[in-house]
Amino acid sequence: MSSRDTVLKAIRKSQREATPMPTMEQDWLRFDDPIEQFTKVLESVGGKCVQVGSRSEINDRLAEFPQFESANVRTSSIEGVGLPTVSVDTIDDPHNVENVDFAVLPGNFAVAENGAVWVTDEALKHRVLHFIAQHLALVVPAKNVVNNMHEAYKQLSFENRRFGTFISGPSKTADIEQSLVIGAHGPRSHVVFLVDDES
Amino acid sequence: MKHATAAAKFVANDERSHWHDKALWFVREKRDRMAHSVPEWELLRDTAAAIKAYTMTHLAELLEQFEENATKMGATVHWAKDAAEHNEIVHGLLRDHDVKKLVKSKSMLTEECHLNPFLEKHGIEVTDTDLGEWLVQLRNEPPSHIVMPAIHIKKEEVGELFHRVLGTEEGASDPPYLAEAARTALRQKFMEADAGLTGVNFAIAETGGIVVCTNEGNADLGVSLPKLHIASMGIEKLIPKAEHLGVLLRLLARSATGQPITTYSSHFHGPRPDGELHIILVDNGRSKLLASDEFHRSLNCIRCGACMNTCPVYRRTGGHSYGTTVPGPIGSILAPSRDAEEHSTLPYACSLCGSCTDVCPVKIDLHHQLLTWRKEIAAQGYVSLDKTVPMKLASTVFRRPWLYRFAGRIARTVVPWMPRFMLYNPLNVWGRRRELPEFPKESFQQAYARRQKNSGKGE
Repeated sequence: MSSRDTVLKAIRKSQREATPMPTMEQDWLRFDDPIEQFTKVLESVGGKCVQVGSRSEINDRLAEFPQFESANVRTSSIEGVGLPTVSVDTIDDPHNVENVDFAVLPGNFAVAENGAVWVTDEALKHRVLHFIAQHLALVVPAKNVVNNMHEAYKQLSFENRRFGTFISGPSKTADIEQSLVIGAHGPRSHVVFLVDDES
Repeated sequence: MKHATAAAKFVANDERSHWHDKALWFVREKRDRMAHSVPEWELLRDTAAAIKAYTMTHLAELLEQFEENATKMGATVHWAKDAAEHNEIVHGLLRDHDVKKLVKSKSMLTEECHLNPFLEKHGIEVTDTDLGEWLVQLRNEPPSHIVMPAIHIKKEEVGELFHRVLGTEEGASDPPYLAEAARTALRQKFMEADAGLTGVNFAIAETGGIVVCTNEGNADLGVSLPKLHIASMGIEKLIPKAEHLGVLLRLLARSATGQPITTYSSHFHGPRPDGELHIILVDNGRSKLLASDEFHRSLNCIRCGACMNTCPVYRRTGGHSYGTTVPGPIGSILAPSRDAEEHSTLPYACSLCGSCTDVCPVKIDLHHQLLTWRKEIAAQGYVSLDKTVPMKLASTVFRRPWLYRFAGRIARTVVPWMPRFMLYNPLNVWGRRRELPEFPKESFQQAYARRQKNSGKGE
């Protein structure tokens, strides 16, 4: 018998009486002002939130960040935003994006309760950019801020082969004596632009 | 080794034992603040418990569903009945892809399977990339905690280690400086790796996807550069639907480290366009545990570590004193189900305070199961004489009121006059770190009778 059948047979032999599937339709936590909550939580996990009227304001606001100003290699997958110095889509091997200092990428929606933004590799050749860039900026429509993770999963379907992740703040570690260090392996800084006039 | 014997070494350094205690209590307090900030916390715990209960009572069909959907997404699903088979599958994949260097993100399952030494024996360089995990790998020791593997190590010790291994400044112990040195060294490992291996926090039967949570981003870096991604998971990691993650991800990081969510909660549905994803479903004793009427609920564990952070025994004695991959309260339930004799002392490394049960996000009745294990271990005859003899003696006395009264009178008269060596000697394990209370002149019964008499009829 294959290991697959051995394992499944052992499980079936000891399977207990079925319990019901719980409902996810509950009165979950909501906020009066989800954007305010998102901003607060994102700051508590080491990130920063900047609300702008339109995309065209983002470059000016980016200029306020020293890590953006001093970035030698910049990339962006958002038209007209982030003053890119390289187009990563022309690079074939993901190892070759290792030198990116600052990446500007889109996020689909944000979650107020935990400061997370959902990003995918849709229309992005190298998903590693989210993790390998020294600094990361995400651009999210301000109307796409959901209250909680239950609302978040209502937005998501996983019908296609795809990578997606919730990112909440910059990469971090507390493995040396519980002392929080920002910038473990991934981005050392993390800013989310919430754009008012985007649909 | 007995838990008490291993723990004695750790607590011999009183300062370190208290330092460790405080470090974990700090995490426990962060968890409390997070839990209290969510008004529906108890509803979340109830729902999570129901999700896992559903999973365990439909496990076979959910596994089949997962296999079918993961395959549809382009992943390859493997089945391993035990640790040896798991290790063979991993090695086979690495051999077929000519992998010389592997980067791993934290996976307690591969610790359980002792994968690293197996692969190293076959000439493969394995690097654990979670900083804490890398620290214990460099020190050649196992993790002492499932979420914070290096919680037992002081920053000065990390400084010494890095000075030796990475050439950092001698005497440096500043965490940002040391973490930066690790970042630089591990970046190199990520860039050179031929394959990445991750654990799995949740696998979704409905979609065929897997979810991996980290704060450092090491899992994502490790599997987004090389083309081969191997994901090792215990069969209990399954959940029925993606929407259930709404509940479980809200609980996991809040319970584990007091964060609202981990920095990265990555959902992998199939491989990268030009890559391969292999998912290994591992039993290794889990189906046996599922068959246990008493202990099957321990399979619901989502490995947050909250039970360890709150456990007064774990906090003071350290994870290594358990001698198991998973220490603390949940480990003390899981380990005896593998080998009751070898781990017979673990269910006794517990004060039955019940704090673990109170914090468990999936509501496992941990302290009840620990108590049940004691019965089981006694029934199997693995309880040592220093416990059984006093218990038998006590039972003889307590069953006979006359003997109890007599023994009490003798003790009250004789014990205060006994020389220390007769009371505190190697035979009396109880007296090792404790002093007897001062003996009263009269028994409780005598005192009560006298009180009744003095207050007339009394109440």
